[in-house]
Amino acid sequence: MRETLWTLAALISHWRRRPGNLATLVLGLAIATALWSGVQALNAQARNSYDAAANAISGGGARTLVASRGGLFDQELFVRLRRAGVTVSPVLEGAVRIGEKNIRIIGVEPLSLPRRSPIADRRTRTDVIEDFFSGPGRGFAAPQTLRRLDLSEGAQPQTERGQQLPPLAALAEAPPGAIIVDIGVAQRLLDRPGKLSRLVIVDEETFDEARLKLIAGDALRLVAPDDDSDLARLTDSFHLNLTAFGFLAFLVGLFIVHAAYGLAFEQRLATLRTLRALGVGPPHLVAAMACEIAVLTLIAGGAGVLGGHAIAQALLPDVVKSLESLYGAQISDRLALDARWWLSGLAMAGAGAALAAASRLTKALRLPALSFARPMAWRGAHHRYLRRQAALAALALVAAAGAFGFGEGLASGFAIIGLALLAAALILPVGLAGALALAERFARRPLTRWFFADGRQEISGLSLALMALLIALATNIGVGGMVEGFRQTFDRWLDARLVAEVYFEAATPADARDIEAWARTQPDIAAILPIWRAKTRIGGWPVDVLGMTPHETYTAHFPLIDATPDVWTALHAQDAVLVSEQLARRLSLAIGETLDIPTSGRDLRARIVGVFPDYGNPKGQLRIDHERLTRYFDDASGVHYSLRVDPGATTRVIANMQQRFGGKITRIVDQAEVKTLSTDIFERTFAVTTALNTLTLIVSGVALFASLLTLSDMRRARIAPVWALGATRRKLAALEMARVMAFAAVAAAFAIPLGLFMTWSLVAIVNVAAFGWRLPFHMFPAQWLVVSCIALCAAFFAALIPVVRLARVSPSELLRVFSNER
Amino acid sequence: MSIDATPENLAAERTSAPMLRVERLHKSYPTPQGRVPVLRGVDFTLAAGASLALTGESGSGKSTLLHLVGALDDADSGEIVIDGVAVTRLSETARAAMRRETIGVVFQQFNLIPSLTVGENLGFQARLAGRYNPAWQEELTARLGLATLAARYPEELSGGQQQRVAIGRALAVRPRLLLADEPTGNLDEATGDAVMALALDLVAATGCAFLMATHSERLAARLQRRVRLEAGLLATQ
Repeated sequence: MRETLWTLAALISHWRRRPGNLATLVLGLAIATALWSGVQALNAQARNSYDAAANAISGGGARTLVASRGGLFDQELFVRLRRAGVTVSPVLEGAVRIGEKNIRIIGVEPLSLPRRSPIADRRTRTDVIEDFFSGPGRGFAAPQTLRRLDLSEGAQPQTERGQQLPPLAALAEAPPGAIIVDIGVAQRLLDRPGKLSRLVIVDEETFDEARLKLIAGDALRLVAPDDDSDLARLTDSFHLNLTAFGFLAFLVGLFIVHAAYGLAFEQRLATLRTLRALGVGPPHLVAAMACEIAVLTLIAGGAGVLGGHAIAQALLPDVVKSLESLYGAQISDRLALDARWWLSGLAMAGAGAALAAASRLTKALRLPALSFARPMAWRGAHHRYLRRQAALAALALVAAAGAFGFGEGLASGFAIIGLALLAAALILPVGLAGALALAERFARRPLTRWFFADGRQEISGLSLALMALLIALATNIGVGGMVEGFRQTFDRWLDARLVAEVYFEAATPADARDIEAWARTQPDIAAILPIWRAKTRIGGWPVDVLGMTPHETYTAHFPLIDATPDVWTALHAQDAVLVSEQLARRLSLAIGETLDIPTSGRDLRARIVGVFPDYGNPKGQLRIDHERLTRYFDDASGVHYSLRVDPGATTRVIANMQQRFGGKITRIVDQAEVKTLSTDIFERTFAVTTALNTLTLIVSGVALFASLLTLSDMRRARIAPVWALGATRRKLAALEMARVMAFAAVAAAFAIPLGLFMTWSLVAIVNVAAFGWRLPFHMFPAQWLVVSCIALCAAFFAALIPVVRLARVSPSELLRVFSNER
Repeated sequence: MSIDATPENLAAERTSAPMLRVERLHKSYPTPQGRVPVLRGVDFTLAAGASLALTGESGSGKSTLLHLVGALDDADSGEIVIDGVAVTRLSETARAAMRRETIGVVFQQFNLIPSLTVGENLGFQARLAGRYNPAWQEELTARLGLATLAARYPEELSGGQQQRVAIGRALAVRPRLLLADEPTGNLDEATGDAVMALALDLVAATGCAFLMATHSERLAARLQRRVRLEAGLLATQ
């Protein structure tokens, strides 16, 4: 113990003399931890909200019954089950708009609520029942939901359809973005009289599947409590992508830690040998180094987790908006993280530090007390290093090819990208060494020859930082290319998909009929196209079924990826269907095949006549003939329409309709507004990705700066002899800068093809597996130029302080190199 | 075979034999052309309180022999017994303990810890061994003329000053055997003489055995005995 403590004291004294290096190490570990734990905080926040939403009524652990064919079912089934003695509690869920906000309405029946329900748990059942039944009733919402709606307790807001809610009360256990009301109130608010979404099984002893079959036939199906909610399944890919980027940033951060700790190890090698010579055994040496790492982990990891909290807080609004816009998920906008998150952040910091230091600890364990002079040691070690890098790169490429050939799905896509990045990073020093050796061969002037020869010696010290820079640049090009390509494709797709000039939603189907009749008489309105919709489930996935009328709006513009030659005539004349790309991929459907679509009655067996892109929609979508939709789906919502209007008359038509129909129209927007909304959702979705991308690039810049700063002291020993032989300090400083810039340029040159490969992998593998759509592959040379300039700027600023220090170093400092020479 | 350096084991191994006994010591180094022998059966003894100079040409194996005696390197064959303990049979951990507690080494390159001050360097090995004695440290500091330099770092000292710190560090632990490898090799003649005089003075004060490798016949003459290493064998002078 005594030996370990004194050894630790000697090791730590190194940092006292080099606080800059210590700061770099702590900063690297803190940044890596911050990015990782920040992303995990966002994921945890979202998943907690999904769980809260899924368990809001049942309290978790309860099985539920839902309509076998998706959508809603008759309340009559609930009554029949209760009469048969099956203890179930009914729930109706749906969305309304209050002001400009989407709010989820959850209707419950308080008398039969499960006891473990958060509502029943925290309030006495009598209170709940009294609240629900007394006077105008009661609606429960989480305090943050009330804040979001800018309402206080007791308020009675109106929905867009003019329905008034009961007075609201705050209930912390209510899921974010939801209001819990009595089921009768919910049926009124959602305009779904006599309909239910699900039944929660309250007493398992009163339930068996045979009885269910007897009472409800095959109208209801059982859902196990551990089945992920639709929301959790739909958002899985979103969170996996976030995790992948967080992990990438963490790895880039670890490069700093590895580089900083590695350089510190090399600087302390003489001290370590002296310690061994003075009688410190290898176990004590390694124990002291491990203690040092543990202390660093606690400091840097703690700072990193705090930083992660700040990053999550900054990115949360965009994530909340993205998840709400894309998936309708309501996420709490106040970070609430438990002890597990804090501890896992520290554990990740510890694991990262241990990983970064592992090779040095092993080396310390085997460190001999004596070092023998080997005149060509550097050359031999350098060649061994390059051979090992090349061999590892080849291994990573083979593994990537294996993942491409034999793997499938998202994990395989990320593995291919990760292995390709690793292979390129490993081969970078080999490429640099080759380029410098070639340049040295052609150099004539002695200083130029020294420049290239010395550059080769510097590669091993800078290689980790350059690898981090390469990965960050390639990720920027790769992800940037994918996002820009997606943006262009998305814009074109929006133009084709949103051809109609006006879109509106009527308050009720009856109101819709009135508006439809009026619109047919208006000279400015060329066509009124119903976009009625119903819900179903296919292969366990939620699917929206939309109706289409035969019109030029669709036949001339509706984007199709693949279709039969008779697509439009077949769609309206036969039992035919258009399938969204993601549903087709998920269920492996192809043109010409038949698909059984569960409807309100018997299944609709339809031939697949086309596949259409449906970017940004996590659910599957089917398009069938409008008449068939009304015939097969009793509960199709008949309130959504689009209008073809003379573009010059759009504003006038909207104003006329608002004036004439008032509350009968809940929402009316023109084409431009829908496009703006869609583009806004797109931008928000990629805002987090862009932020993480930028942070990764900043981290790599820090890595380069850290390495150059640490190396600058060691560089003096190599520069002093050249200075002594007649080169000026200014000239040497300029050469240092030129060398760093050249290294960054080579890293950028490597990053372009690597980034393109990443873009291809993202659009052809990851996006297809994660979201179900494949985007066209685009190249953006202007973006490469920008990223290359960023690389050179990062290198310039990273090298500035070390180079200025070198230019200003006093002759006595350089002379000391000779007096300290060993 | 190796044994652990527990107090019981060490006590059992101790005899009334000389402080250092080296027998039939062989050492060779691998080269691309095959193994090159450096020591080819070296034998000698050194009594407690005695001093011995080891001379020879550059590359004759003086440093190798010193490293083997200092439990820093492994011999091919032969035996080294220090204070009754066969070093060649000790485990890695026991050899580390031997270096820490029994042996003091003064290196030609000083090998001070650059991040510790002079004062911290002086007491470091004694603290490691649990034998730190403030009074002895103070005396050493004064006799080595380092009192005004205690707060400085090694890089701020001259070569002679650094070597004095290295000698002080080795003696602060009160070793039973002091080894010095060309201790004045990096110093000018006058400074070297002064450092040497100080070292011998302190060796006499502590009563430890002293083995010094040097290529200087002049310095070697200042020790009680001297032997010359030639072609891997010792020749008494």
